[in-house]
Amino acid sequence: MSDRIDVRKTYKLYIGGAFPRSESAYSYEVKDSKGKFVANAALASRKDARDAVAAARKAFGPWAGRTAYNRAQIVYRIAEVMEDRRPQFVQAVVQSEGLTASKAEKVVDAAIDRLVWYAGWADKITQVVGNANPVAGPYFNLSTPEPTGVVAVLAPQESSLLGLVSVVAPVIVTGNTVVVVSSYERPLPAVNFAEVLATSDVPGGVVNILTGSAPTVAPWLASHMDVNAIDLVGVAGDLGLATDLEVAAADNLKRVRRAPAAEPDWAVNPGLDAMTAFLETKTVWHPIGV
Amino acid sequence: MTTPFDYAPAPESRSIVDIKPSYGLFINGEFVDGHGKSFKTISPATEEVLAEVAEADDADVDAAVKAARRAYDRVWSRMPGRERAKYLYRIARIIQERSRELAVLESIDNGKPIKESRDVDIPIVAAHFFYYAGWADKLEYAGRGADPRPLGVAGQIIPWNFPLLMLAWKIAPALACGNTVVLKPAETTPLTALLFAEICQQADLPPGVVNIITGAGGTGQALVAHPGIDKVAFTGSTDVGKAIARTVAGTDKKVTLELGGKAANIVFDDAPLDQAVEGIVTGIFFNQGHVCCAGSRLLVQESIADELLAKLKRRMSTLRVGDPLDKNTDVGAINSAEQLARIRELSDIGEAEGAGRWSPECVLPQHGFWFPPTIFTGVTQAHRIAREEIFGPVLSVLTFRTPAEAVEKANNTPYGLSAGIWTEKGSRILKIASQLRAGVVWANTFNKFDPTSPFGGYKESGYGREGGRHGLEAYLR
Repeated sequence: MSDRIDVRKTYKLYIGGAFPRSESAYSYEVKDSKGKFVANAALASRKDARDAVAAARKAFGPWAGRTAYNRAQIVYRIAEVMEDRRPQFVQAVVQSEGLTASKAEKVVDAAIDRLVWYAGWADKITQVVGNANPVAGPYFNLSTPEPTGVVAVLAPQESSLLGLVSVVAPVIVTGNTVVVVSSYERPLPAVNFAEVLATSDVPGGVVNILTGSAPTVAPWLASHMDVNAIDLVGVAGDLGLATDLEVAAADNLKRVRRAPAAEPDWAVNPGLDAMTAFLETKTVWHPIGV
Repeated sequence: MTTPFDYAPAPESRSIVDIKPSYGLFINGEFVDGHGKSFKTISPATEEVLAEVAEADDADVDAAVKAARRAYDRVWSRMPGRERAKYLYRIARIIQERSRELAVLESIDNGKPIKESRDVDIPIVAAHFFYYAGWADKLEYAGRGADPRPLGVAGQIIPWNFPLLMLAWKIAPALACGNTVVLKPAETTPLTALLFAEICQQADLPPGVVNIITGAGGTGQALVAHPGIDKVAFTGSTDVGKAIARTVAGTDKKVTLELGGKAANIVFDDAPLDQAVEGIVTGIFFNQGHVCCAGSRLLVQESIADELLAKLKRRMSTLRVGDPLDKNTDVGAINSAEQLARIRELSDIGEAEGAGRWSPECVLPQHGFWFPPTIFTGVTQAHRIAREEIFGPVLSVLTFRTPAEAVEKANNTPYGLSAGIWTEKGSRILKIASQLRAGVVWANTFNKFDPTSPFGGYKESGYGREGGRHGLEAYLR
């Protein structure tokens, strides 16, 4: 047994449903919580970010056009496949975050449960945040939420799995597509998550995952004119960078979810904000009786 | 085209309004002199100087923000919602009581036809205060949790196209939610906001809850950048909106932006054409086209383009352009010399780029700022008049063959504020409405507004909603 040399995995990017290396051919050393070498992860470049945006844009119309029931089933399917690979995620969380096995199990369970929670929102959020409006005239008037479009997400640096799931699931369940920059030092759970997505009926391009450095890649996403919104939680605590990104985002008036002073506690019930931040309200009028 | 009848002049009397020679700033419940220079506000229909108005400088902005903070801390945020509601109901009632005075003053200062200020602007202003008054003691049912809290002091900047209506959209929800405000009206249309300040006094609104500071862009910048405000609400151009988004970056200030638009008004071959013509006219010539959600791009299905354009031209020939105070006037004065220059420039560019220009014959007054209702035909998507917001009575006409092409052309803009659809086929309305990337979609109607109906844009038309339950979100934690 011990004679066998294990087959190691190449950790790659996830763009448009495929797993390319960085076009820059750069990679970086990923270490476990004790400082031991684990893998060389792809270091995403500006070009990778742009490719990911193009893939996300292409996927947006069809994804937003699916029925809410169908999106719910697909997000639920992600949870199913994650549950199936639970030991792999537990190991990745232990390795990345230095947790004990029992604590890592709780984190993985919470991540799976969060996916299940968000899956159910797909066909309920419209009823909760939309409404009919009793205008003073003979008009039918209805306000409904619609997805904002392509959302860039800087995933949290510390919570490499639960945090990641907590910022990706609310964005896609409502019909947006997403380009995620993973935790820089803890990217491996994100790559495992990409492999789950690839086998969960999630159409290619709906979620695109870049491993690498938020300070390097994020400015290109923040200023990209075909990105509609950005979640800055991954640069929590770096007010200077967060401010620069928010300034860049103003070029096309991206919806900005600002970075908090410190990374939030992802175990807390998330509420609706992570979904409503990336929804637009559309109001349709039609005359009655003429 | 000749008209069978000539209209006799039917001017509304100006005697109901009392315009003072000069106005100060309304800070902490009183009119005070500003520290800065003053500027003149004129009637755009006659170029007559109406009044001198104070230009608030940094110290004035600071004084207004401090007054609003004091009122927030000591009075307004502590007052039960049911009591705040009564002040807002009072304001709504006084607006109704003084509606004719407000309408006449609005038409004099802005140049819009009296029939619009009287029948559209002022009634909706009163309705807006009445609607949000009722929310003040029901906020726990607004879907924002059991104990929603106000933000604090709101800095609000409004444009000149609907001066008092935009004031109502800003102030009514802010106060209902328990915030206090510092509001800056546009420099060309300050007078109804200053009359509103008097209404606040008549209502015995506690000092500092509403502060009105007049001035131009510099005053607005000082307000947005002031560290003492918690919220910025802006309606105006997309360029200024972007500058505001940059200014507030890295702060905790909450922002809502209601910006420009280049709305497509799509007419399918099965549309009721006479209704559609009325909708097109309402869409682009209402309020001289000074409407961010104006239907400034007409997309007409190729097979009916000639017929529709003939009807449209016939209808345009009956539009009466002239004295805003004449009750028969359909199209009033352009709000300022600057705006007139912008409309002329873009129209000349439209012609130079090869589009066909047409206006009905109409005699424009000698003085003041005027532009005839104008359409451009043969416009392509690359033309500047199809891409840039003109903010005047100028319609660009494009054609399409298939619904998919209509949607693609409609969405081919950085803006996303509004859109129109004209067809008798219900399922087509719902399909097209779902595909348009715009915050308000009018189907077989256009340019309808109501306090209960959320308004706001997608993409570079801004973010946040004003009106309805959704409008509360902008002013609550």
